Amino acid sequence: MTTIGVLGLQGAVREHVRSIEACGATAVVIKQADQLQSIDGLIMPGGESTTMRRLIDLYGFMEPMREFAKAGKPMFGTCAGLILLSKEIVGYDEPHLGLMDVLVERNSFGRQKESFEADLDVTGLDQPYNAVFIRAPHIVSAGPSTEVLAMHNDRIVLARDGQFLGCSFHPELTDDHRLTKYFVEMVEAAPVSV
Amino acid sequence: MNTGTDRVKRGMAEMQKGGVIMDVVNAEQAKLAEEAGAVAVMALERVPSDIRAAGGVARMADPRIVEEVMNAVSIPVMAKARIGHITEARVLESMGVDYIDESEVLTPADEEYHLLKSDFTVPFVCGCRDLGEATRRIGEGAAMLRTKGEPGTGNIVEAVRHMRKVNAQVRKVVNMTKDEIMTEAKLLGAPFELLLEIKELGRLPVVNFAAGGVATPSDAALMMELGADGVFVGSGIFKSDNPEKFARAIVQATTHYQDYELIAKISKELGSAMKGMEISSLSLEDRMQERGW
Repeated sequence: MTTIGVLGLQGAVREHVRSIEACGATAVVIKQADQLQSIDGLIMPGGESTTMRRLIDLYGFMEPMREFAKAGKPMFGTCAGLILLSKEIVGYDEPHLGLMDVLVERNSFGRQKESFEADLDVTGLDQPYNAVFIRAPHIVSAGPSTEVLAMHNDRIVLARDGQFLGCSFHPELTDDHRLTKYFVEMVEAAPVSV
Repeated sequence: MNTGTDRVKRGMAEMQKGGVIMDVVNAEQAKLAEEAGAVAVMALERVPSDIRAAGGVARMADPRIVEEVMNAVSIPVMAKARIGHITEARVLESMGVDYIDESEVLTPADEEYHLLKSDFTVPFVCGCRDLGEATRRIGEGAAMLRTKGEPGTGNIVEAVRHMRKVNAQVRKVVNMTKDEIMTEAKLLGAPFELLLEIKELGRLPVVNFAAGGVATPSDAALMMELGADGVFVGSGIFKSDNPEKFARAIVQATTHYQDYELIAKISKELGSAMKGMEISSLSLEDRMQERGW
């Protein structure tokens, strides 16, 4: 069975676990870098990206996560997770993992009182998707290999770059598991390298 | 497109889970907290132990301090309003504060009524000692809870009492049959519909952090062990000998609260924690947890 890890350093971990299980895959909370070897795909949850980055450094996750990506295994970043995945961040000299070919801007919809819910048209989904945006980032621009999957008010909020999937919002906060399902299918279709 | 929905307000608190929210009184402390890995900061004029020492009436912080902190960091900024002080809360909301704590650490503005928090776009966190208090605050629109504990004492005993009590009462409700719930609602002074929701969910519908007396990395880990979703640290950090080390250690102990070897390692050479107070040395009027209902 497909096993999907949720980076469990901080943030909405439990909700992703619930969503993965609802999609019929096995979920594992990843608190130590060596656990990465036991999973087929990794979700980086919403939370505070600066906090997660501190903990990634502190517990030596950086290289093992890059190795994980190099092995071709799919990764899905939601909100703070998207910021961790991206190759470039507005206002920062260095990215975090620097894997997904997008430029993101943090807190780009404003502070908490501007946080919102909205219905999105998502490529590949026949019904609109209710998305929850919390102090959300957005994708300012995407590289040539990146496919834009959803926009909100002319801003890119969901995209896929090969094995990497990233969104500005929080699929884990609703009972709509279609995006998690999409990721589970990406993981199932990924070539297995030994 | 909708702002200020329950999902958006409660979701914001979900993103703070497993994290530490630190009290700060200026930009420099806020930056130190962010560097140490805090998930949010609480902008204050004085930390609780100084409020306690100063006496008199404690009010919302000077907006200049709140603004200074908001400009200094990219993580969320919270601020405290007095219980029932509609205008202080509206002022903080207008400034764009990310979360408001309707807090018993400040002198209450209203001894009878708490804020109707569902009227606001900004989310609120409130303190609680038991499930009745917790559900009354959720009923008014609080999107996040925390234990009241006994702020500014550096003594964890009250936070432990409140966390255990709420969790024991949640377990009791979850295990009740539906026909027993109305009587429980009457006994707790709790909204009936919320108890039904808790029974359905098997847990509280919002996150519940620990607050009020966390002074050491082990205190933070203990509260996580008892089921807290995260930790507020008030006076503990900046009243310790080495705030930077202390802040980092508390963040690590919260993430890895069952890794005792790690906690032992990071607790070495921290210097002294804040000086604690015995709760029984406080008269009833001096206990902040008695404020609000």
